[in-house]
Amino acid sequence: MLRAAALIAGKDLRIEARSRVATNQVIPLAFCILLVFAFALDPDRGTLTAAAPGLFWVAVLLSTVLGAQRSFSVETADGTRDALRLSGLDPGGIFLGKSGALAVQLLVLEVLLGVGVVVLYTTDLRPEGVALLVVAGLVTTVGLATTSTLFGALSAGLRVRETLFPLLLIPAVTPILIGATRAYEAALGTGGADTSEGWPWVGLLGVFALAYSAFGLVGFGALMEEQ
Amino acid sequence: MTPQVTSTGTKATRVIGALALVGLGWLLLFGLVLSPPDENQGEAVRMLYLHVPTVWLAYLAFGVTALGSIFYLIPKTRSLAWDRLAGASAEIGVLFTGLTLVAGAIWGRITWGVYWTWDARLTTTALLFVLFLGYLAIRRLPATPGQRAKRCAIAGLIAFIDVPLVHLSVTWWRTLHQPATIKTIGDVEISGSMLFTLFVGLIAFNLVYIWLMMHKMRVMMMEDALDDHGLELALEERRAEAELQEVVP
Repeated sequence: MLRAAALIAGKDLRIEARSRVATNQVIPLAFCILLVFAFALDPDRGTLTAAAPGLFWVAVLLSTVLGAQRSFSVETADGTRDALRLSGLDPGGIFLGKSGALAVQLLVLEVLLGVGVVVLYTTDLRPEGVALLVVAGLVTTVGLATTSTLFGALSAGLRVRETLFPLLLIPAVTPILIGATRAYEAALGTGGADTSEGWPWVGLLGVFALAYSAFGLVGFGALMEEQ
Repeated sequence: MTPQVTSTGTKATRVIGALALVGLGWLLLFGLVLSPPDENQGEAVRMLYLHVPTVWLAYLAFGVTALGSIFYLIPKTRSLAWDRLAGASAEIGVLFTGLTLVAGAIWGRITWGVYWTWDARLTTTALLFVLFLGYLAIRRLPATPGQRAKRCAIAGLIAFIDVPLVHLSVTWWRTLHQPATIKTIGDVEISGSMLFTLFVGLIAFNLVYIWLMMHKMRVMMMEDALDDHGLELALEERRAEAELQEVVP
C-alpha cells in the first residue's frame, strides 16, 4: 500500500512540477486573495493583524479547492482514472498517494502564504509559538488534503464537479477552519491569547485528520470503482 | 421487476395523514389558545411548540439517513430500499432544518432582539443544513440507481461523521474564545399544560414525518421504475428499427 502511495504521490508531484499550474496560477491567486482581504478590511487599524490567522486559513482553504480539483482533473482528462483503477494498485494506497501529493503542495503554499501574512499584515512570530505553528499547520494540512481527496473522488468526472466540490468540501472542513484559526491565534498571541490555549485545538484537528484518513482508506475503493 | 405502483397513497398513509392533521389541529388549539403565556417570554413562548418539534425531526431524519447509508454499505443488507430510506429522510431533514432556522431566527428576534447569534447550537444547525444540501445535490446527479446509492451512502456517512466534529469545534469556539453574547430574558419555566402542548407537537410532527417518508419513498420507487421502463421502451424501438431495416433493405 505504501509503495502504491509513493508511486501515485510521485506521479502527481511530477505532473505539478512539469505543468507548473500550482506555481504559476494557484500561488499567485493565493497572494491575490491576501491583497483582497486588505482591501475589504481596514489595513491601518490593526484589523488585518487581528484577523490574520483566520484570513491565512481562508486563503489556504480557497487554494485547496483549486489544488484538489486539479488533482482530479488530471485523472479524468484522458481517461487515466480508468487506467488507475485497472492498474491493480491498492485503493487505500491511491488515496494516501493523492492526499500526500496534495498535502505537499499545500505545505509549500502555506509557507509562502505565511511569509506573505507576516510581511503584509504586520504579524510578529513569537519564539514560544513556533512549535504550535508547525504542528498545527501539519495536522491541518493532513485534514484538508484527506477531506478534499475524498470529496474530489466523489465528484470527479461529473459534469457539475466545479460547483459541487466546493459545496461539499467547505461546510465539511469548518471544524478545521475554526480549529486551525484558533491554534494560530494562540501561537501568534493574537488578542493576548496564550500558547497553551492552542494545543487542545491541535487535538481536535488531529481527530479530524484521523477520522477522514481512516474513512478514506476504507471507502476510497468503493468511490473509485463506481464510475 | 419492480412491482407496479400507480399511486403513492395507501390506506396506511391516509390514516396516518388524517391522524397527523388531527394532531396539528390539536397543536394549534393547545399552542395558540389553551396553553398559558410564559411569565418571562409572554406570548413569544408559543414559538417553542413549533421550534422544538422541527429541530427534533431534523435530527431524527439525519439519523435515519445515516442508518440507511450504513445498511446500504453493509453487503449483507444491501438493498435499494435502504438508499431510498436515506434519501427520503435527508430531504425531509433539510426541509425541517430550514424550518428550524427560520422559526429560530424569528423567535430569536423576539426574545434576544437579534435574528442570528453565533451560538454553538445555531451555528451547528446552519452547517448541518449546508452539509445535507450537498448530499441532496449528489442525489440529483445522473447515475444508475446502484451508482447513486453507493455514492450517496458514502456522502451521507461522511456528513454524519462530520456532525459531532462540527458541533465540538463550534462549541469550543464559542465557550473558550469569547463570552456568550446572548442575554436571554430568563429561561422558560415549563408548566404542566405547556409540557403537554409540546408533547402534542412532537407526536403531530412525528406523524407528519412518517407520512412524508412513506410518500417520498414511493415517489422514488416510481421514479426508478419509470427510468427502467424508459430504457426498455428505447430498446424495443431500436429493435423494431433494426427489424424494419432487415425487411426493407
